[in-house]
Amino acid sequence: MSTQAGSFEQPTSFEFTSEVMAMAKAHIAKYPEGRQASAVMPLLDLAQRQNDGWLPRAAMDYVADFLSIPRIEAYEVATFYTMYNLEPVGKHHVQVCTNLPCWLRGSDQIVEAATRNLGIEMGETTEDGMFTLSAMECLGACVNAPMMQINDDYYEDLDETSTESILTELKHGQAPKTGSQIDRKSCEPIGGLTSLNSDAGGD
Amino acid sequence: MLKDQDRIFTNIYGHHDPFLAGARSRGDWDGTKEILAKGRDWLVANVKESGLRGRGGAGFSTGLKWSFMPKESDGRPHYLVVNADEGEPGTCKDREIMRHDPHKLVEGCLVASFAIGANAAYIYARGEFYRETEALQRAIDEAYEAGLIGKDACGSGWDFDLYIHRGMGAYICGEETALIESMEGKKGQPRLKPPFPANAGLYGCPSTVNNVESIAVTPTILRRGAEWFAGFGRANNTGTKLYNISGHVEQPCTVEEEMSIPLKELIEKHAGGVRGGWDNLQAIIPGGASVPCLTKGVCDSVLMDFDSLKEQGSGLGTAAIMVMDKSTDIIAAIARLSAFYKHESCGQCTPCREGTGWMSRMMARMVAGNASLDEIDLLEQVTRQIEGHTICALGDAAAWPIQGLIKNFRPEMEARIEQAKKNAAA
Repeated sequence: MSTQAGSFEQPTSFEFTSEVMAMAKAHIAKYPEGRQASAVMPLLDLAQRQNDGWLPRAAMDYVADFLSIPRIEAYEVATFYTMYNLEPVGKHHVQVCTNLPCWLRGSDQIVEAATRNLGIEMGETTEDGMFTLSAMECLGACVNAPMMQINDDYYEDLDETSTESILTELKHGQAPKTGSQIDRKSCEPIGGLTSLNSDAGGD
Repeated sequence: MLKDQDRIFTNIYGHHDPFLAGARSRGDWDGTKEILAKGRDWLVANVKESGLRGRGGAGFSTGLKWSFMPKESDGRPHYLVVNADEGEPGTCKDREIMRHDPHKLVEGCLVASFAIGANAAYIYARGEFYRETEALQRAIDEAYEAGLIGKDACGSGWDFDLYIHRGMGAYICGEETALIESMEGKKGQPRLKPPFPANAGLYGCPSTVNNVESIAVTPTILRRGAEWFAGFGRANNTGTKLYNISGHVEQPCTVEEEMSIPLKELIEKHAGGVRGGWDNLQAIIPGGASVPCLTKGVCDSVLMDFDSLKEQGSGLGTAAIMVMDKSTDIIAAIARLSAFYKHESCGQCTPCREGTGWMSRMMARMVAGNASLDEIDLLEQVTRQIEGHTICALGDAAAWPIQGLIKNFRPEMEARIEQAKKNAAA
């Protein structure tokens, strides 16, 4: 749940588009008969994605009614899990990991670079609604620290320069390279392979 | 050092095709039908014999856990639930399995489900791993398409369905009963045990919850034999293991190595050594944020396994190694973890809900030295009041890093307080 204070309007109604409705039904079908309450998390996520990245009250009510569960259960879920944004967020939600492994490798500088580039502080949204900046707990890419997540993508092995250039590219409507920002495919040692360098890797 | 031919995760870096054709070329899905034909008892016995201990942190015998499931269904379905809610700070191994070697996990789900009598399994994947979940879903779709899972999986006569359930950002859902609550559509708050999931888990049905890595290694163990796996590491600490090495090393990386490898050797061989040399080492957290840190003296000789680390008052946990050199403000480092546990406490048990906040505020004062010397003892006492007094282990996990700090770095904490006093006087 976002903890940012601000004024915004709650829409009075919400319903799935036909395309999202099909995805919702596919989620419900994963669970046994009568266990449709299990689909509350994926359906709230679908609602949030349909609604520009945040989850209005009307969408929680809609999902609860859709699943025939008490509305309070949808509110409980929406307020417990941090990935539901209960207030509007920017088009690009920039989430910088600040937990220990990233901190050890300079996440403070990444936070500085991001605040400088976007001209906002942590927890704020730019006036044009393009960027929201958040500090995150561990995102699970620790050997590629420091890193940040923007919407569904990870940007890893950052420094101040690459952080700023990613944000600048997004400002210009470009699609920056995701994953590691240095000469590295994923989580292998930077200086060259110390394992899996024989032919055991298959094709 | 482990040879490449004895590595299980041969595409952990994603240098090759992660999907079905590539997976088959690496040996996945080879003779799965024949493995299943050996029967449930054989599977459980062999996983037990291999010595495999759960890779999610607790280190409980995987085969033994499977054996707790009812032999016959009483009418309730059985479920396998795979814990892919990876979020323990420092840990990033399951992510690589999901995106680079997903078929090992899919095949493992089939084998494990068969062994516990489950016709359905759910993989609970952390929500932030969106791309990883896409890769895993693609592997699942391929497996259905190829008849490897679904009706009559691999021609075994066993029907098996596999689904992904995405989390939405709650560390606590890595706790198995919180994960089950979450899957049922509720807040992820842990349940009291007993009943254990093997008796009443998902939807009140017999369930086994296993970590991604535990499940993903089982097909290879069964193909190559329990003795092969048990041949690595020390007794009671067998097998190979994915290690994540982060922090102040020259080359942070993930690597599969033997269990019981000396910590120093692991770091020097694969991570390029400690930044500035081994003598520049201050402390290491060897198993994810929840285990106490080790001083350099211990790191010189400790082995990376359950027993060796336990003897040193720490733990293997998830084998996520966070290295801190002498430039690290160790008090601030542990304070950062305290802030994390405060953020992630689910709020159910009072000692944890109130205690994690109190400890975090206290640690912030310790960082500044804004405390009196006897408050170090007070802090230590409060960690003991939280440890063991909560439904799940999050309270323990929040307490242990601080206990490790006080045990190993008390002089630094005292010096900080003295310095702050001097500064205030001046």
